[in-house]
Amino acid sequence: MQIEKKGSEAKVEMQMTPMIDIVFQLLTFFIMTFKIVAAEGDFDIKMPLSSRSEGPPPEEQLPPMKVRLVATSGGQLSKIKLNDNDFGVSFDGLHNYIISLIGDDRGPGSNQESAEVELDCDPQLHYEHVIRAITAVSGYTEADGNIVKLVEKIRFTPPKPGG
Amino acid sequence: MKLTKVKTEITEMDMTPMIDMTFQLIAFFMMLINFAEGDQNERIQLPASELAKPAVSLLESPITLHVTDKDSVIIGGQEVSVDGLKPFMDREASVLSMRGKSPAAATVIIRGDKDARTITVQGVIKTCQLARFERFVLRAKEERGY
Repeated sequence: MQIEKKGSEAKVEMQMTPMIDIVFQLLTFFIMTFKIVAAEGDFDIKMPLSSRSEGPPPEEQLPPMKVRLVATSGGQLSKIKLNDNDFGVSFDGLHNYIISLIGDDRGPGSNQESAEVELDCDPQLHYEHVIRAITAVSGYTEADGNIVKLVEKIRFTPPKPGG
Repeated sequence: MKLTKVKTEITEMDMTPMIDMTFQLIAFFMMLINFAEGDQNERIQLPASELAKPAVSLLESPITLHVTDKDSVIIGGQEVSVDGLKPFMDREASVLSMRGKSPAAATVIIRGDKDARTITVQGVIKTCQLARFERFVLRAKEERGY
């Protein structure tokens, strides 16, 4: 039996133009709204209004560390002091000194847990130096990307009246 | 003269590679788009720190304060002086109280300009403390290690 061929084979083509239009509009929208934003990170600070504990610290606890940041009249850093040690303008010096004080001891009751740093900054000091000081005392990054914490309790000396 | 008929063919461009590329570009931009611009301000140039790592968990009731190098604070798009910040923080505290939350549990994100004066940042912290906020986050730009 002969099979009759019905009609001719018509090639069905998908209409691509509307899709390409929409795709290009989407692309334009995303390109126009695209913003390059640098990754940001945080330093957590818990600072209640009256955080200073009364009375002398326990004997096993590290003595309070007061980091003094002296500024020029233009707000640039001119001196870093920790108690009686002068580090010039080297945050590396401060960082290494903090490492030598804290040591490798970690966990409950350790120096690292009890250590506290008070930042006493000149009023006109630029904020970037404060962040550098916080970075120097609060830890460092190892080669594999792990963060080793040093001092976690950081507070500011209250501004002097009229300062 | 006899004219010869030239046989014309419809040439179709192959659109497939172009569409592939376009979709890849759209996917790239979609992944990177950031609609949350409330915590960004182009006037603020953050200081850099190698320890500043993006937060792994969401902050609780975050309130973002931008401290400029002109001794002013930007909160919710409004620029105020440090003294003028108190009513805003009191309002935030009362809104939190109405929601049954304590201001002490909320997090104040401080995005200070690298050239802002330290006393201004301290003034902002003090003002927030007076409005019963206790938890602060100092934001910095992520910097690669030494």
